[in-house]
Amino acid sequence: MGLADIVIKLVLIVIIFLISLVIAMYSTYAERKIAAFFQDRIGPNRAGPWGILQPLADGGKMFLKEEIIPTNASPFLFIAGPSLAILTACIGSAVIPWGQTVTMGGHTFDLQVTDINVGILYIFGVVSLGVYGVMIGGWASNNKYSLLGAIRAASQNISYEISMGLSIIALLMVTGTLSLKEIAAMQHGWHWNVLYQPVGFILFIVCAFAETNRTPFDLPECETELVGGYHTEYSSMKLGFYLFAEYINMFISSAVMATLYWGGYNYPGMDWVLAHTGPTIGPLIGTAVLFAKIFLFIFFFMWVRWTIPRFRYDQLMDLGWKVLIPLAIANIIVTGLWITFF
Amino acid sequence: MSTFYFIAFLSIFFSILVITAKSPVHSILYLILTFFTFTIHYILMNAQFLAVVNFIVYMGAILVLFLYTLMLINLNKESEPRKSNLVKIAGFIGGACFLITIVAALKAFTVSQPVVLNNPNLGLVKNLGKILFNEFLLPFEVSSVLLLSAMVGAVLLATKDPKTA
Repeated sequence: MGLADIVIKLVLIVIIFLISLVIAMYSTYAERKIAAFFQDRIGPNRAGPWGILQPLADGGKMFLKEEIIPTNASPFLFIAGPSLAILTACIGSAVIPWGQTVTMGGHTFDLQVTDINVGILYIFGVVSLGVYGVMIGGWASNNKYSLLGAIRAASQNISYEISMGLSIIALLMVTGTLSLKEIAAMQHGWHWNVLYQPVGFILFIVCAFAETNRTPFDLPECETELVGGYHTEYSSMKLGFYLFAEYINMFISSAVMATLYWGGYNYPGMDWVLAHTGPTIGPLIGTAVLFAKIFLFIFFFMWVRWTIPRFRYDQLMDLGWKVLIPLAIANIIVTGLWITFF
Repeated sequence: MSTFYFIAFLSIFFSILVITAKSPVHSILYLILTFFTFTIHYILMNAQFLAVVNFIVYMGAILVLFLYTLMLINLNKESEPRKSNLVKIAGFIGGACFLITIVAALKAFTVSQPVVLNNPNLGLVKNLGKILFNEFLLPFEVSSVLLLSAMVGAVLLATKDPKTA
């Protein structure tokens, strides 16, 4: 690996990081606009034309607010909580293939930071670490509501990780590889995995809602019961980090879903487009298609949030343990039979 | 090699912090860091699958449950049982005897030849899976039955007794 490769990787990492942050920022704006649309309101419209500068104003406000650390809180862990939340949200993007190999000025490079051969398991590991940010922050606040929020987050994440893992197993039986790059390349054209694993995809998206703490599974921050949930005691940018981490998680899980099930950067007729646009522009069109899919998923996350009310806690556990896990196991068996006999 | 020694130092350092930390929640957090250094050890040994599974199962699930339980039972300094000096002395003597036994056992050992693997990429998912399902199929299946029976037993213990309920 030469110096040029390292520089290219560094540039790619910085670009992906910036894109994640910008998308997370504008997701907050999109969420408020979409909520306004669903509720027949106007939404933010003061900062800039159509309120387009609202996220910047919100960010500036977050930085300028007074920072409060409760007297009996554990100061180190109180700061470590939101930091961990945003760290685990950001590192998931490292294994996602953002596009095909691009040739630019005689150089070829992959639009993927690293292709480890256990890519899916890495994502899964990062997802399972995500709960520590919430748990540590909730416990360190020394507040009963925060603690209850943290405990809900932990049990919810563990429960839904099981069915998420089982739905991934069925997908792996179809693809036969753990590397995200190979999985993406395998879905060339229209051979998207969702056509072979529709039930697996539905299981995965339900679990993704639970793992990112989005409505209808946002019990850890259920304000009707728990004031503000795990971030009751947080203020200023530390609160901002928690909220930001949620939007980055949403972006990353949309990217993972698009890559695993909806063909990633592949689209019907891509060979024709590649042949006519050359090796520089062609793969970048694929990347644009991937981002279009990601935005559709982000919209879907928001659509569900403003449509479906929050579950009760026992309903959440019932759904996770009594519906999703048996369904996921049945999906594995059916997939196995299908592979054996066809 | 220097990476190994650095990570090994971190492992031991964090394990010591696990037992010396005052608050049980802090101890669990140090335990998480200890397991994280184990993950790095596995990666250094080219056992990627084991590394990632250690990461998911131990750090991502088991220790979350540990933390969960400890947060719920709320161990305060007031509720912590006081140990008498007699127990402390007995513990010290027992621990010292154990240390002497281990040191003696290590000294009695001659340094064995390092085992050279036929296939250095044994830890990759594909090779590991092939070996587990060909050479070690029976132990693999037996241990999975053992885990299943433990799970069934736990569920049985947790269900309400129909007579008392």
